[in-house]
Amino acid sequence: MKVTVKFFALVREIAACDEATLDLPQETSCEEALLHLENTIPGLFSILRRCLVAVNGRYAHPDTRILVDDEVAILPPVSGG
Amino acid sequence: MYLTRNVIRKTEFLNADEDFKTGASVIFLGMVRAESEGKKVLYLDYEAYEEMAEQMIGELITSALDQWPLDEVKILHRTGRVWLGQIAVAIAVKSVHRDEAYQASRYLIEKIKYKVPIWKKEYFADGTSQWSLCGSEHVNLQTSY
Repeated sequence: MKVTVKFFALVREIAACDEATLDLPQETSCEEALLHLENTIPGLFSILRRCLVAVNGRYAHPDTRILVDDEVAILPPVSGG
Repeated sequence: MYLTRNVIRKTEFLNADEDFKTGASVIFLGMVRAESEGKKVLYLDYEAYEEMAEQMIGELITSALDQWPLDEVKILHRTGRVWLGQIAVAIAVKSVHRDEAYQASRYLIEKIKYKVPIWKKEYFADGTSQWSLCGSEHVNLQTSY
């Protein structure tokens, strides 16, 4: 299944794009999606270890399964305020 | 809307309530300072996952209202470029007595700093720049917000 993944901040800069479309197996977990992304964009290797995944605007557990049409985002450690 | 690209002015947070119920008004202003880890800062750029950040801040306000008897909570957080001395985040909490206003204000700024998907990039006078990671990993997801 094709899933669009949004990038922010440091991840966006390293990836050099705002989002990417990944071709993932059905029922891929968030953790597996991060590994897939590491292989797709090797420059993200170190930062992805510190990132969380949001699915449909909510922090998702590493085991959460990604479904078709989900909005997936990779969130580096936040630094607001 | 809790995120804004416009300059935040402290006067927006100084008005009294119309029926004078408020006895305590705690205003927290997070401001851009000139020094970070020994380097001279020129300005910051803030970026947000806007839809998620808006929703989370709204939920944090609801959570604060559930925990303390507050009359009003107002939050604004900047996105885009913020210069030295400008306000990056403003949190105004009004209540009858001071204790709950102080507690709620502290709760809200800590949750915003460590949970809400907003990022700042620091630009330094020596021409370098870096994304601030606040020296921390993501806060444990098991911690409720």
